[in-house]
Amino acid sequence: MAIPSPLLINEDAMRRNRAVRRLGQVGLWLNPLFAYFFLWAPILVLVLFSFNESRSVASFTGFTLKWYTNILNNVMGAERAFSTEIMLNAFRNSLFVGTIATIIATVLGTLIALAMARGRFPGKSLIDSLLFLPVVIPEITQAISLAIFFKVAFDWIATISGERLFPGFHTIIIAHVTFNISFVAIVVRARLADMNPQLEEAAGDLGANPWRAFWRVTFPLILPGVISGALLAFTLSLDDFVITFFTSGVGTSTLPVFVYGLLKLTVTPEVNAISTIMMVLSTLLIGISLAMQGRNASRG
Amino acid sequence: MASRLRTMRENGSLLALPTISWLVIFFVLPLIIVLVFSFMSRGRGGVAIMPFTLDHYGRTFDVFFIILQRSIGLAALTTIICLIAGYPLAFFISTRRRRIVQQVALFLVILPFWTNFLIRTYAWRILLGEEGTINGLLLSLGLISEPLPLLNTQLAVLIGLVYGFLPFMALPIYASVERFNFRYVDAAQDLGANDIRAFMRIVLPLTLPGVLAGCALVFIPSVGAFVTPDLLGGAKGLMIGNLINKQFGGSGNMPLGSALSIVMMAVVMISLLVYIFANRRDAGAS
Repeated sequence: MAIPSPLLINEDAMRRNRAVRRLGQVGLWLNPLFAYFFLWAPILVLVLFSFNESRSVASFTGFTLKWYTNILNNVMGAERAFSTEIMLNAFRNSLFVGTIATIIATVLGTLIALAMARGRFPGKSLIDSLLFLPVVIPEITQAISLAIFFKVAFDWIATISGERLFPGFHTIIIAHVTFNISFVAIVVRARLADMNPQLEEAAGDLGANPWRAFWRVTFPLILPGVISGALLAFTLSLDDFVITFFTSGVGTSTLPVFVYGLLKLTVTPEVNAISTIMMVLSTLLIGISLAMQGRNASRG
Repeated sequence: MASRLRTMRENGSLLALPTISWLVIFFVLPLIIVLVFSFMSRGRGGVAIMPFTLDHYGRTFDVFFIILQRSIGLAALTTIICLIAGYPLAFFISTRRRRIVQQVALFLVILPFWTNFLIRTYAWRILLGEEGTINGLLLSLGLISEPLPLLNTQLAVLIGLVYGFLPFMALPIYASVERFNFRYVDAAQDLGANDIRAFMRIVLPLTLPGVLAGCALVFIPSVGAFVTPDLLGGAKGLMIGNLINKQFGGSGNMPLGSALSIVMMAVVMISLLVYIFANRRDAGAS
């Protein structure tokens, strides 16, 4: 048996390797092409058919804006009346819930991030898992556990005080704060990890009490992280459907819950138009918030 | 009491108290209630009553086993397809030479996901419907004479899941390929390794953390999917998430729904443990 030497080049193996390489190169071009097509085609088709003259989504017959004007005029399909008012109300509900939940979640998330970074106390790894779990468990589990929890709690309150509570804004806000705390904590902790703790100690050495040192030194430094966390929480809150669906009450539907009601029915050009509008709005919203974050990051 | 408060303040645990209380009340306690409910009997209106029973777990692994199996199978298949599609995609993005091209390529993956999940899923109803775009196209090309049944199938759910979670696979892999030093490949080739060998021995092991994270990030939400099978699956594509949802309606059964979610949580926990174990082994090996 001959020992393969690097000088003795095996022609066959070389040819095989060249073939593999060519195949790899072709694959490396074809795969992304297909992937990008796959990612974009559904969205482009949705937008395209929101401008289609006929109600069909099988072929494009001509350009029209009538589905958009239909929405503005409260018309939805031939048979059903659609209320722009209800949709705008759902959007207002989303903004209201998102704002309150973001404020509470940002405070609670920042507090726990500070405690975890600076505090010395037992059970930290347990708290780590407690913060990690809401991020990983499926939404539907969190949704039904909160739905059951509120039901049990409200039954309990009814027997004790005789007053019956119902799900509404308070239950949605509690649910949103609960899933948002972890996300805020993760973002703020990342910022705190980058920060030099000696700066705080220096402030202390210069005579600042911990309160003053926090507001004058630590807080300004972690502020970009806090803002990023808050923006993330707000986005997640506006976007959430599953958990809101299970914790909302009559008249407190958020925009995703309202839109779900439409999408569940049939494919209509008006729904395509609403979807297109929502897509443009959410893209703008996230784009603006990311641009703001970028500016904050470069300043901070 | 005052001195205890002072030590709490000094060691920072006072800061953690409000958040921990919130999470214990609104996260841990609800999960404990679900666990307790899952062992209780069904009362009128689907509520939980005494006595304790194992019936719901029995049914989960008996009549509903096929749906549990389908959920895990679809999630596993989704993960595999996302890996096959996502790995070369991540590779493509991170090997673009010009920074701006790389950023655009990355942006093109992320941008569709700024749209609400419901709407992205709904878009597939337009494409897959009986009078949808794909059937319309195939009919007009004369490739088929009858519309294909695409919507309300397991295939539709699979497509929807892959579509929904592909970036969760591509982005962590991108992050690890980005850090990969391509000189290692040159070194391996100088030492006589062919391309396949260099890939299997060098590239794949070094990008494995991204692969593992991607698999966990795709598999876990796929197992618990509710929106995708609800909008695309119909009766044939029912998954465990839909089954849980059904237990909370008018003719529902909350204890059964609770048992189903506990089983789903168990599947998620097992896959998380597999992820953590694999990650640790990988970190130990390299």
